[in-house]
Amino acid sequence: MSEHHSAEEIKKSVRKYIMVFVALLVGTVVTVLANEIHFSSIAMTVFVALLIASVKAFLVAGYFMHLISEKKMIYAILAATAFFFVALMYLTIWSLDKGSLIHIKHVT
Amino acid sequence: MDIPYTVKPREDTGLYNAKLGIWLFLASEVMLFGAFFSAYILLRVGALPGTWPTHLLNIPIGTVNTLVLITSSITVVMAWASLKLNNFGKFRLYQGITVLCALIFVGIKSYEYHDKFTHYEVKLTDGKVYNGHISGSPMFMNLAKLTTGKTAVKEIQFIPDPPKGEKHAAHPEPITIQVAEIKKLECYGPFHSTYLAIYFTMTALHGLHVVGGALVIAYLWGPGARMWRTDPERFTNRIEVSGLFWHFVDLVWIFLFPVLYLL
Repeated sequence: MSEHHSAEEIKKSVRKYIMVFVALLVGTVVTVLANEIHFSSIAMTVFVALLIASVKAFLVAGYFMHLISEKKMIYAILAATAFFFVALMYLTIWSLDKGSLIHIKHVT
Repeated sequence: MDIPYTVKPREDTGLYNAKLGIWLFLASEVMLFGAFFSAYILLRVGALPGTWPTHLLNIPIGTVNTLVLITSSITVVMAWASLKLNNFGKFRLYQGITVLCALIFVGIKSYEYHDKFTHYEVKLTDGKVYNGHISGSPMFMNLAKLTTGKTAVKEIQFIPDPPKGEKHAAHPEPITIQVAEIKKLECYGPFHSTYLAIYFTMTALHGLHVVGGALVIAYLWGPGARMWRTDPERFTNRIEVSGLFWHFVDLVWIFLFPVLYLL
């Protein structure tokens, strides 16, 4: 968020914070309720749970952490972080593929 | 000598230094927790079919803890907004609630940990397996402690869990188990299963972040608040930086909750 704010801007932001707070409370309840639904596959269950969590994470990062209106330098840092995070997850999932070079064989 | 760029943004980054610093730190934190989430995926997918426990944790308690952290997140940002509106009294109120929420979160987590450390799986020599609590709720009891030293006994009173899927059913009657008939006795600590190992590792690491963040926020609420009188803009920036860390702690929990409690 820019470093100088008028009182009016801050008051507008406060209203947004309250709306985000309510959305996060609702999101938490939806997460728990979605867990009661039996989806057709485990992949769908995981997808729904992570989708709701991602929406909540976006609200926290975007509004509480002011990422929707930040400086380019912070976006650059986060872009690099996202790149390495995605690479880490890609390697993790790739290692589960039995045909891949980095597959870990389980000893039973 | 004054430290430069504690209030005024640098020309090249457009940020005051502490803000750049906290975002670089949070970037490293993303990779730290990312590594543990990666480990979780590998352990879970690699587990033999049917061996990964689900719904071992108390979902209502986890939900309450999630709501507590979300509440603390809004009070942190409202505290910062109060300073921007020159209202120090409201800042004190909101940050006080934040510290209270942190204490509640840690208290609930401790209760959950205690519940696991007093919950046992008992395997008998005749092949029977019981899950439940030992009368008196001792922590970290094992067969060696039951057979030697001051804690040695000949029999234990064991309160089995209700049958699975009947959480609200009354507990079965306590049973007496002869120590000589016990083959293995182990509580639900981190050593009990792969799931509990990664559960305790991730939640303890997160818990340390909660404690660390709460200590900083409490300091800035108490003795550190003196700076408001001498350098209010710098103090407000300190609150913003501590708040960014706190929101990150909340973000991590937003993913930990479904992954560990629900899936």
